[in-house]
Amino acid sequence: MLQDICTVFWRDWVVLKRRLPKFILSRMVAPMLYLVAFGWGLGRNIQVGSGSYLDFLVPGIMALNSMNISYNSLTPLCTERIYHRSIGEYIIAPMHFNAFIIGKILAAVLRGLISSAIIMILALAFGANLNITPLFVGILILNCIIFAEVGFFAAMKMDSYEELSQVNTYVLLPMSFLCGTFFSTRTLPEVFRWFIDVLPLTHTSYLLRGISTQSPVALESVAVLAVYAIIGFILGNKAFRDQLK
Amino acid sequence: MIKIQGLIKEFQVKNKEKKTVTKRAVDNLSLNVRPGEIFGILGPNGAGKTTTIRMLTMETKPTLGEIYYNGESITQNPLEIKKLIGVVPQHINFDNDLTVGENMELHGRLHHMSSEKRKQRIQEMLEFVELGDTINRMPRSLSGGMKRRLLIARSLIHEPKILFMDEPTVALDPQVRRRIWDLIRSLAAKGTTVVITTHYIEEAEALCNRVAIVNKGKLIAIDTPEAFCNSLGRITVEWDDQEGHQYQFFESRQEAAAFAGTLEHGAHIRRTNLEDAFIELTGRKEGV
Repeated sequence: MLQDICTVFWRDWVVLKRRLPKFILSRMVAPMLYLVAFGWGLGRNIQVGSGSYLDFLVPGIMALNSMNISYNSLTPLCTERIYHRSIGEYIIAPMHFNAFIIGKILAAVLRGLISSAIIMILALAFGANLNITPLFVGILILNCIIFAEVGFFAAMKMDSYEELSQVNTYVLLPMSFLCGTFFSTRTLPEVFRWFIDVLPLTHTSYLLRGISTQSPVALESVAVLAVYAIIGFILGNKAFRDQLK
Repeated sequence: MIKIQGLIKEFQVKNKEKKTVTKRAVDNLSLNVRPGEIFGILGPNGAGKTTTIRMLTMETKPTLGEIYYNGESITQNPLEIKKLIGVVPQHINFDNDLTVGENMELHGRLHHMSSEKRKQRIQEMLEFVELGDTINRMPRSLSGGMKRRLLIARSLIHEPKILFMDEPTVALDPQVRRRIWDLIRSLAAKGTTVVITTHYIEEAEALCNRVAIVNKGKLIAIDTPEAFCNSLGRITVEWDDQEGHQYQFFESRQEAAAFAGTLEHGAHIRRTNLEDAFIELTGRKEGV
């Protein structure tokens, strides 16, 4: 099983390695814009609690960016499944299906973490104060796992890029802005807030921000993320097995 | 070596009225493939050949029925059985983000081969299909014939005992087709069991020890190409009249010549071939 996971991961690593400079450059654009527009521009004179808006913003940007990168790392599987049919190579190979899913998720996590590291470096360059601990990295990884699983599930279920982009438009984009990334959800109407508070990105944003500002960690949020990760894996596994129908 | 019993595959599809209906792609198929033979599955497009191969290679699950490899059901130990088989798919399914060498490497890794063995087999197989100089190229830069040969090379890296080839020469020019036939013959000569689907009758006739003729998902007949021809009569007389193109089969050339002499218009006398058997059995002329 471990050997198979490594094989699947190896494939994605080979592809990533070849495109690493392009990958890093392209992943710098969105966080740079967020930091300039919301950190320097709009947020220059805003104080949140005892810190600056930039300190408030960076954990949110890391949460939303790791979500987007992890999700989009696995959506190309859709074309590999439908058009190139290269997934057939894995299905006919003597390997456990779980190895394929885990290998792909790990590759997406790696991309998510590289992207987060870029934001971290940029944020420090912009003068943000961050407290990066192993738990902070652990929460980021958990967030990457959840959204890699969403990407995997979507790639197995959707039949075109158009359908995949609808997940981006109707699910990820609203979450990017509303899940405590740019502002606190406490300002939202109660019913709406209840819905937003259920979503995984909200928990990630608050956890990362809490760790960054050295506040006590909300263990129930960690548990919620773990439950999302488990459900995501089960659904991904089922979606992959459905390819055999 | 391979035993198929009562294999059925049904799909849910939408009809013209956009209602979901059940379509049976493979209908109660039973047959055996013997060790070391080149076994052909011959049928027109849509006969269920690819679906059968996909079930045999565990890419899709049968709706009903059993498949056994060396007496062991595929449901009992699929991973061990998968080690025995190699697959040349109809669709060219290389990973387009990897080079030729990396595609081969991925296959070797998926079959748990050691690094040393992989390296050696990749080189050997690329040489075998005369593509030794393409290792660093991207698959998309290769011609159609090269891609087909590369599919064969990839499927052989882990030295499978049974090779499934789904229409391996479809859309290829005659020279490349003959080259692939030679490759298949050399594999069989080394003891590999080959199961090949084709809708080219001359391909089945040229390559296969035994042929299963399928149509609309059903097995119509199974025999050697010679036996199919002999069952009709070894010699065929072909002629045209008011009712169209006609055939008649005879045991000897003398009988055929005598019959041809009675016809008003000219007739063509030739050996009976698998195409004649196919048309007699399926009632249609396909893939010719």
